[in-house]
Amino acid sequence: MTSILTNLFDGVAYGMLLFVLACGLAVTLGLMNFVNLAHGAFAMAGGYVCMLLVNQHGWPFFAALPLAFGSSAVIGIVLERTLYRHLYARSHLDQVLFTIGLTFMSVAAVDYIQGSSRVFINLPAALQGQFDVFGVGIGRYRLMIIVICGLLTIGLQMVLAKTRFGSRLRAAVDDPRAASGLGINVPQVFAFTFAFGCGLAGLGGALSAEILGLDPYFPLKFMIYFLIVVTVGGSSSITGPFLASLLLGIGDVAGKYYVPKMGPFVIYTMMIVILIWRPNGLFGRTAAR
Amino acid sequence: MFEYKTFSRAAAIAAIAGLAGLAPVKAQDTVKIGLILPMTGGQASTGKQIENAIKLYMQQKGDTVAGKKIEIIVKDDAAIPDKTKTAAQELIVNDKVSFIGGFGVTPAALAAAPLATQAKIPEVVMAAGTSIITERSPYIVRTSFTLAQSSTIIGDWAVKNGIKKVATLTSDYAPGNDALNFFKEHFTAGGGEVVEEVKTPLANPDFAPFLQRMKDAKPDAIFVFVPAGQGGNFMKQYAERGLDKAGIKVIGPGDVTDDDLLNNMGDAVLGTVTAHIYSASHPSQMNKDFVAAYKKAFGNRPGFMAVSGYDGIHLIYEALKKTNGDTDGTKLVEAMKGQKWESPRGPISIDPETRDIIQNVYIRKVEKVDGELFNVEFQTFEAVKDLGKTKK
Repeated sequence: MTSILTNLFDGVAYGMLLFVLACGLAVTLGLMNFVNLAHGAFAMAGGYVCMLLVNQHGWPFFAALPLAFGSSAVIGIVLERTLYRHLYARSHLDQVLFTIGLTFMSVAAVDYIQGSSRVFINLPAALQGQFDVFGVGIGRYRLMIIVICGLLTIGLQMVLAKTRFGSRLRAAVDDPRAASGLGINVPQVFAFTFAFGCGLAGLGGALSAEILGLDPYFPLKFMIYFLIVVTVGGSSSITGPFLASLLLGIGDVAGKYYVPKMGPFVIYTMMIVILIWRPNGLFGRTAAR
Repeated sequence: MFEYKTFSRAAAIAAIAGLAGLAPVKAQDTVKIGLILPMTGGQASTGKQIENAIKLYMQQKGDTVAGKKIEIIVKDDAAIPDKTKTAAQELIVNDKVSFIGGFGVTPAALAAAPLATQAKIPEVVMAAGTSIITERSPYIVRTSFTLAQSSTIIGDWAVKNGIKKVATLTSDYAPGNDALNFFKEHFTAGGGEVVEEVKTPLANPDFAPFLQRMKDAKPDAIFVFVPAGQGGNFMKQYAERGLDKAGIKVIGPGDVTDDDLLNNMGDAVLGTVTAHIYSASHPSQMNKDFVAAYKKAFGNRPGFMAVSGYDGIHLIYEALKKTNGDTDGTKLVEAMKGQKWESPRGPISIDPETRDIIQNVYIRKVEKVDGELFNVEFQTFEAVKDLGKTKK
């Protein structure tokens, strides 16, 4: 019984992490209709920024996390203004080719600057180890991930659904021409959204170093997971990818625990079954874009 | 692929034509060694260590042997076998190397094997560790190690030292399976019991569920083999989950606690017992000098890959001395067989029958020495052959 709960806890933490990493992709793909395969590169950038601040400049981990977010967001906005902007109107194939190229460049750049070996972020002692709650092992670090990611999710949902910016964004997505006719600065809204998505990825990258491992190949290794989350969750809302991440996280952990021989395939099997059942994802819009 | 073949054939013809026209004076004065190493990609630390060690050796011993100048040509294969093959072809056909060496992973070493046979050129394997490699070509000689060497020894050691129940966690690829099978065979033969067996996917993002399973199985120890680089993640999560406090030890072949990465793994790794061929803290004068020289030249500690590279180039030098500079591949391989020398890792030799390395395997425990983490050797199994082949 306790091991079920421990697994559930690990699965939720893993799912939350996937969500923070992938939700920026859901935003760009679903809201802006842009295929950004370089998403993982922003996550990696955040991870490395956090690592450098903590390990080499002695910053506290919690102070470095917002900077991981900020630096990825800044890189995101610079690239959006200089490069991505020109590809919004292009075909998806062009976007894929462009962003995959960007991914390879980021891998090579980080490999060149930081070397190819895996890096770790020195964590404060308060985040290390596990404590027991009625026999259920709760990892401190994973608990922190759940708290941070849970708050973020609620915040995001509120911003999208309740604020003026949220409605502008949704308007800009649904009909950019009408939206700009109404005086909404569509490119600005998109740029901001893009930067925010990149920032989230950066934060996810910093958080995932401990669990997934951080090296220059991060963007390529985890691209597939981001895409699974977005395809399974559907890309038209935040709730879809969120529930999909949780489902996949719990499924993956439980699969690896209970049927270790099949472990790595569980996540893919789930994706296939869900997509056969609902080809547009769990919460996708019925009309394919 | 097709295009490439026609290209290489054309290159071969051009090269032969060119050779006929040239006076072969220069070719006789230099001996070229082609190194195929992963200099980029996930295995890059292997490649860099080997290259560094070879540079160091040539600085120390000079670059002339038996009247020949040694020239090293390094090609990066990023540990991708297709690239290894291309690189080997270029080196053999265009650069006319007399040796090919390096090979970060088993598939890379195997990809080059048919070329070595065809061209009758010695292939000196300095990293890859699966037993079958030397059986794939009569021109392959190895200076690294085989997983069977370390895994059988740790299996024998574990049963004799009060470890009765073991859970295994190994990466699901050839070396991982080699490590698992050899360990299991020796461990169960001695009366031990494997209570849990988990193979993790090679690109494994999270060890948590596997480790939880290990914890619930309550073994005396976990036998671990994961590729270099994942060891750190494994040890961190092992500690995070409190397996160390639950009294579950970590044992394994020494790849998990590679000297190259050991120092960054944190105190969780203290007490890990592994069997391996080399530790940077090996207490010989030769090793002390080697470690000091390596540290001075490259700023960090040499790992077992560096030692394998150091011994690899030494073997090439010795073979050339023995043939008096003759670069006939068959003669060179003959000259390598039975070579015996003192390496930074201890006494080693090349088995004349299998062309594989015979060396001591040490049981080590991770301890803190002067504030740094080291694998401290405390027991030696002398002159271990590759047990992976003898039962074929």
